[in-house]
Amino acid sequence: MEILKLEYITPDALVLWQAGFVKLNGTILYTWITMAVLVLISWLATRRVTSGSDFGQWQNFLEAVVEIVSSQIEDISSEQPGRLLAFIGTLFLFIAFSNLFMELPGYVPPTSSLSTTAALALCVFFAVPVYGIATVGLVGYLKQYAKPTPFMLPFNVMGEFTRTLALAVRLFGNIMSETKIAAILLVVIPLFLPVAMQLLGLLIGMIQAYIFTILAMLYIASSERRENEAAEALPPGP
Amino acid sequence: MDSATLISVVSIITAGITIAIGALGTALGEGRAVAQAMTAISQQPDEAGTIARTLFVGLAIIESVAIYCLVISMILIFANPFVVK
Repeated sequence: MEILKLEYITPDALVLWQAGFVKLNGTILYTWITMAVLVLISWLATRRVTSGSDFGQWQNFLEAVVEIVSSQIEDISSEQPGRLLAFIGTLFLFIAFSNLFMELPGYVPPTSSLSTTAALALCVFFAVPVYGIATVGLVGYLKQYAKPTPFMLPFNVMGEFTRTLALAVRLFGNIMSETKIAAILLVVIPLFLPVAMQLLGLLIGMIQAYIFTILAMLYIASSERRENEAAEALPPGP
Repeated sequence: MDSATLISVVSIITAGITIAIGALGTALGEGRAVAQAMTAISQQPDEAGTIARTLFVGLAIIESVAIYCLVISMILIFANPFVVK
C-alpha cells in the first residue's frame, strides 16, 4: 500500500480535500490522528486515577513517562520541573508518538513535513524568552545577549534564529529521509532489508524525539540561568 | 541534449557529490567525538550518564550538517524546482 508517492518528499503534497484555498493535506490529517491517540491514551489512563496500590497499566505507563521527563529536566536545568514539565513533556510525547507510528502501514509521520517541525521549533523559539523573562526578569534576560562582551550581541541574536532553523531542519531531515529510504528500499530490495531499515527507523525516531526535547530544554534552561549558577555551557548549535 | 535533460544530469551529479562530501566530514567528526567520549567513560565510569547525554546532544549538532546536505540532495532529486514537469 502506497499512501505517499515516491516523488513527494513531504505529506504536504498529499491533498485529501479542498474547498477554495482551504486544503486538508496529509500533514494535518496525521497530526490530528496522533493528537487523537494521545488524548485517548491520556483519557483512558486518567479515567480511574488512584493513589492506592491497585492502579492500572495505563496509569503505570503514564506515571513512568512523567517521571522520566521530570527527572531529565531536573538533571539538566537543576531546578524543579514544575513549570517546564507541561511544555517539554508535550513536545516529547507528540514527536515520539508520531515517529513511533511511522512503522504502521499507511501512516506518514507528520514530523516528516517541514511545516510541522517548523511549528514545533517556533514554539521553542517563543518559549525561550517567555520562560527566561518569567525567571530572571526582562533586564536580566536581555543582558544575556551582551555576554561575554557586547561585541557578541549580533552573534547571539543570530544564533537565536539559526538554532531554531537547525532544530526544525534536523528533525525534518532525519524523519523524512528515513521514510524515503524505507520507500526506496521497498522498491529496490523488497525482501528483509526494509524490516532492518524500519528497526533503524524506530531507533532514529526515538533518538530524534529525545534530542529535540533535550535541546529545547537546554535553550530554555540557558535563558533562565542565574548569575551565580555555573551550569555547564553548551554551544548554541549551528 | 536539451536544457531539461542537462538540468537533470547536473542535478543528479550534484546530489551525489553533496551527500558524499557532507557525509565525509561529518563521519570523521562524529568518529572523533565518540572516541573521545569512550575514553572519557572508561576513565570515569561514574559520569557515564552525563557524558552520554552530552555526547548525544553534540552528535545531534554535528549531524545536522550532514542532514542539511541530505535535505539538499533529496530536494535536487525528488523536488527539483528547476525541472519543468
